[in-house]
Amino acid sequence: MSRRRQISASDAPFRVVSHTVLAIWSVVVITPLAWTLLSSFKTTREIFASPFSLPSNWSFENYRSAWSREGFGNYFLNTVVIVGSALIIVMTLGSMCAYVLARFRFPGSRAIYYLMLAGLTFPVFLAIVPLFLLMRDFHLLNKQPGLVIVYVAFALPFTVFFLYPFFKRLPDEIAEAAAVDGASEWRTFFQVMLPMARPGMVSVAIFNFLGLWNQFLLPIALNTDQDNYVLSQGMSRFASQAGYAVDFGSLFAAVMITVVPVLVMYIVFQRQLRGSVAQGTLK
Amino acid sequence: MTAPVLTEVPGGRRKAAVRDGRPGRKLTFDYVSFMLVFLVVPLALFLVFVIWPFGQAVYYALTDWSGFSADYNIIGLENFAKLWDDKLFKKAVQNNILLAIIIPIVTITISLTFATMMTIGGSRHGQLRGIRNSSFYRVVSFFPYVIPAIVIGLIWSQIYGPASGLLNGTLTRAGFQGFENFAWLGEQKTARWAVMFVIIWGFVGFYMVLFIAAIKGVPAEIYEAARIDGAGRLRMSTAVTIPMIRDAIQTAYIYLGILALDAFVYMQALAPSGGPDNSTLTISQKLFRTAFTDGKFGYASAMGVVLAVVTLVFAAVVFTVNWITGGKPDRKRQ
Repeated sequence: MSRRRQISASDAPFRVVSHTVLAIWSVVVITPLAWTLLSSFKTTREIFASPFSLPSNWSFENYRSAWSREGFGNYFLNTVVIVGSALIIVMTLGSMCAYVLARFRFPGSRAIYYLMLAGLTFPVFLAIVPLFLLMRDFHLLNKQPGLVIVYVAFALPFTVFFLYPFFKRLPDEIAEAAAVDGASEWRTFFQVMLPMARPGMVSVAIFNFLGLWNQFLLPIALNTDQDNYVLSQGMSRFASQAGYAVDFGSLFAAVMITVVPVLVMYIVFQRQLRGSVAQGTLK
Repeated sequence: MTAPVLTEVPGGRRKAAVRDGRPGRKLTFDYVSFMLVFLVVPLALFLVFVIWPFGQAVYYALTDWSGFSADYNIIGLENFAKLWDDKLFKKAVQNNILLAIIIPIVTITISLTFATMMTIGGSRHGQLRGIRNSSFYRVVSFFPYVIPAIVIGLIWSQIYGPASGLLNGTLTRAGFQGFENFAWLGEQKTARWAVMFVIIWGFVGFYMVLFIAAIKGVPAEIYEAARIDGAGRLRMSTAVTIPMIRDAIQTAYIYLGILALDAFVYMQALAPSGGPDNSTLTISQKLFRTAFTDGKFGYASAMGVVLAVVTLVFAAVVFTVNWITGGKPDRKRQ
């Protein structure tokens, strides 16, 4: 049996197995979400009656209630502003820092790298009360810029750690060519190295966006003014406030309000992600 | 490695010296301003808002501070001695270690398998590609990651619900006996695995996307060369993919382990009281309760220090294993 035939023969079974496994996983992922969507149209009584029943009345009453009465419209806007600002700042600072650490050798560069790793490793709520006091001393407590700064600081190690291998893998020759041609360090970074690290940047930006959007512990501790609440806080307040008489219909609607925009943004954005990844490989 | 190339270029030696930071580098405005903005600004932010509070927490671990009162006493290592005799805390440490072993292995195995199917699993003829429609699977698998952890916990606690939960409803309809009122999160033999499944469910897609990006970063020529040499899919995965994306796997392993050692939000949503016979109690939950319910912030800080030490040991083990099995973190620079 020739090697070629042997290899071809393995194509079909492998394809069937792959599709089966991935399809099963897709069902496992989608079912809970579809169920949440369905439940967001049901009354609490209907939700507890049966997990499969359809809502007797398809109305957006749960959504209206979540958006205005429960304040999710306001929380939504706050989240967009805070996460948007933090994301821009952390991507700029993080890529700069990762670039320096990955491509320059100076005393202490390894130490800084491991300090970043340590920052990534330490459990956040070990720091939460000292951080609370620090923010109070800086008069940044319960203020949106304060939360932005903390988001940036805590997302920074993740950003540096994930971008580091991307910058490290870039060929030295191109940076050296730029240097020989007289480009400044600034220009070399922004016009030569940063565009080349774009696949990494896009992935890390997506992960950071989602991580910050879903941030829970930091806003709970540092952003207690209800006017400044972000979505995850609204969610937890919503759930705890309702207590034993939880209005699960509105809660599921609030979940959809939180989840759908990010889901849509991800679906739109992932095309660009794929494009930039392909571009990076073709180069 | 690059220096010999550069010495052939006029003026190249000096540039190489700048990059290596050896003595003789010129402190031009460009270089100094570059370092100031690129390194000092992010580092300062990081030190003030991340490292400094951690340091303070370590100091508080040596006190009997209640959290918000004005005065407290320094009691040395007494908190740690107390922890050593705390059976519940030890139980929590054991639970966390189990989580940190199982969750990363399972998540990385699944996500790397999926990523391989989607990138190099396609036809073995023509251009290297994944199976068809792989972008559909990729997009769908990633969905859980965009959902806040507190919401994931909430959804799954409903799914696992004994009476009106989706899981028992489905199993009963499918004809299985004994699931009409089975409390997945209330039985000691299932609670731990049910919780682990939720966390794995949430992260497979995330790491799959990361691995896909990493695999696509590997030059296609290497896979083509392996294919010409007759390597099968399994051989390409073990001999090309895993060594080439070693850094990404190491990073994923560390990040998942840290997540498993924390696991706070998931546990709070799924089993706030620690689960049956404390089988899902985590250090973070015990810490949170000690600090904010019992008002013993010094003691809670000591738990935080232990958690941090466990986490660092975990990261060190991952680094060491990676190094022993042949990864050379500095291969490019040396």
